[in-house]
Amino acid sequence: MAGKSTKRKKNSIARHENGNKSAYGFLAPYLILFSIFIIIPIIIAIGLSFTSFNTIQAPTFKAFLNYVNLITQDEIFMQYVLPNTIKYALIVGPGGYILAFLIAWALSQLTSVPRTILAIIFYSPSMTGAVAMAVVWKIIFSGDQMGLINNWLMNLGVIDEPIVWLTSAQFLLPIMIIVALWSSMGVGFLAMLAGILNADEELYEAAAIDGVKNRFQEMIYITVPTMKPQMLFGAVMAIVNAFQNGVIGVQLSGANPTPGYAGQLIVNHIEDYGFIRYEMGYAAAVSVILLLIVMVFSKVFGRLFSEN
Amino acid sequence: MAGYRGSNINPKKFERGQLKIFLVLLPLAIVMVIPIVYIFCHAFKPMDELFAFPPKIFVSKPTWNNFRNLFKASQSSGIPMSRYVFNSLVVTLSVVLASIVFSTMAAFALSKLKFKGKYMLMEINNAALMFVAVAVQIPRYLVIDTLGMKDNYFAHILPLLAMPVGLFLVKQFIDQVPDALIEAAYIDGAKDLTIYRKIIIPLIKPAIATTAILAFQAVWTNIETSNLYINDESMKTLPFYLNTLANANNNVAGQGMQAAAVLIQFLPNLLMFIVLRKSFMNTMANSGIK
Repeated sequence: MAGKSTKRKKNSIARHENGNKSAYGFLAPYLILFSIFIIIPIIIAIGLSFTSFNTIQAPTFKAFLNYVNLITQDEIFMQYVLPNTIKYALIVGPGGYILAFLIAWALSQLTSVPRTILAIIFYSPSMTGAVAMAVVWKIIFSGDQMGLINNWLMNLGVIDEPIVWLTSAQFLLPIMIIVALWSSMGVGFLAMLAGILNADEELYEAAAIDGVKNRFQEMIYITVPTMKPQMLFGAVMAIVNAFQNGVIGVQLSGANPTPGYAGQLIVNHIEDYGFIRYEMGYAAAVSVILLLIVMVFSKVFGRLFSEN
Repeated sequence: MAGYRGSNINPKKFERGQLKIFLVLLPLAIVMVIPIVYIFCHAFKPMDELFAFPPKIFVSKPTWNNFRNLFKASQSSGIPMSRYVFNSLVVTLSVVLASIVFSTMAAFALSKLKFKGKYMLMEINNAALMFVAVAVQIPRYLVIDTLGMKDNYFAHILPLLAMPVGLFLVKQFIDQVPDALIEAAYIDGAKDLTIYRKIIIPLIKPAIATTAILAFQAVWTNIETSNLYINDESMKTLPFYLNTLANANNNVAGQGMQAAAVLIQFLPNLLMFIVLRKSFMNTMANSGIK
């Protein structure tokens, strides 16, 4: 009896050790949805990007024509969309990320109660969601003298009459950047805060013995190196968020294309061609470029945090 | 050496050195919170205060009128607001529950079970952290159309369930569960399903709370689904309706309603985070990508 049950137990461990069929069972629901809604759409996007497709007739194969047109013919893309996207992504991605780290670090220097309250304040803008976010800022940047910003600036004597902020080609992109930075203290920010708080006390003790004197040195020599993994997670989240929130320009100005293409980012260009002009093949090529840009950004960050 | 006072991280009590941190953080926090306070007050302002010049941030005579108008506006349209609320509740509950179940199951397999292709799957999921959903709206639309999911709840629910960030965080958390615990259960004859239900689930409550928060945030304010995959008005959700309303009443009088609509979307998110924040931070400590 005892021998038999030992044998059975051994079997169950052995089964657990080599390839486990039930593992696929546990994975199945997630994997199926992941394939249908992430992998397959990416494959279709790549496939469609080599075709011309208007959603009514079957796609026709065009090889690299879409990509060639994108680079050589699409003046709007080259003149507005790409420069806007790069400017926006460089400020909101790395900028928002550094801001998030510095704020997380500063918060970690405080006692628990003020830290928690401030952390909730910094995190809450990222919870509003794109649409609500746009409504909030539309009201604040309202184009008449009732707008909060117009009223403040007029009181200070900076401007004489109200500025129509959201439909002005000059101000739309800077406002988008402000709004995106405002909402950039998201999951990555909390991850970094948690990472800093979780650091090993002994390391800091050893560093103090080695002559680290102040908060700033502590941050550079110990905090940053010990929490590199969280820093990388934060970086990826920052980049993805920056691109994901790219729709904000259309929400704020209420039009796609945005006035004078001032706030046109790659995401809006995809919507413009895909859902307004129904040139799906071309839109797919732009999508592929977007995915590549996000990947390159993330890889650069990955390098930064793995080399030293 | 003897002078070591402990690191400055997570201090137990207030010291004068923290003042300069407050000096920098407080103004920044005030700037960040002004828009939210403004909208909050705006939602409760009576008509004369909405029109008041110069505009004031705070409300002096709060009223529920804006919320009342919001509900009234829906009576004149064909579909009552309760329908959108109902749709949103169905969709939100399904997404939160299903994504908790699916991502904990998958994370358990990725973290503790041995099978072929495990490391490749993890690499793929890590790469998918970079996935920008808006980039593939069009192919997603084609997939949803082909599967015949347009205009029903599946289109709202299923695409949001594959959440690479959620799976990643839960998996990192399960990694902290000691293997010895699981080995012991195997020796006692437990099956994988028992281990998942009786050992893993009770130990990873913080990660579950985190998934719930992330899923909730993704679905509760989601507007793309209603915009792109749903043509039938009666199948659209609350954020879509609130947004339509906001665009239709784009004047000072409408601003009160818009602000009320924003609060309806924002407050549940905020409350959920405040309640579950300890679990959330606990999970985030393990969020590193190695």
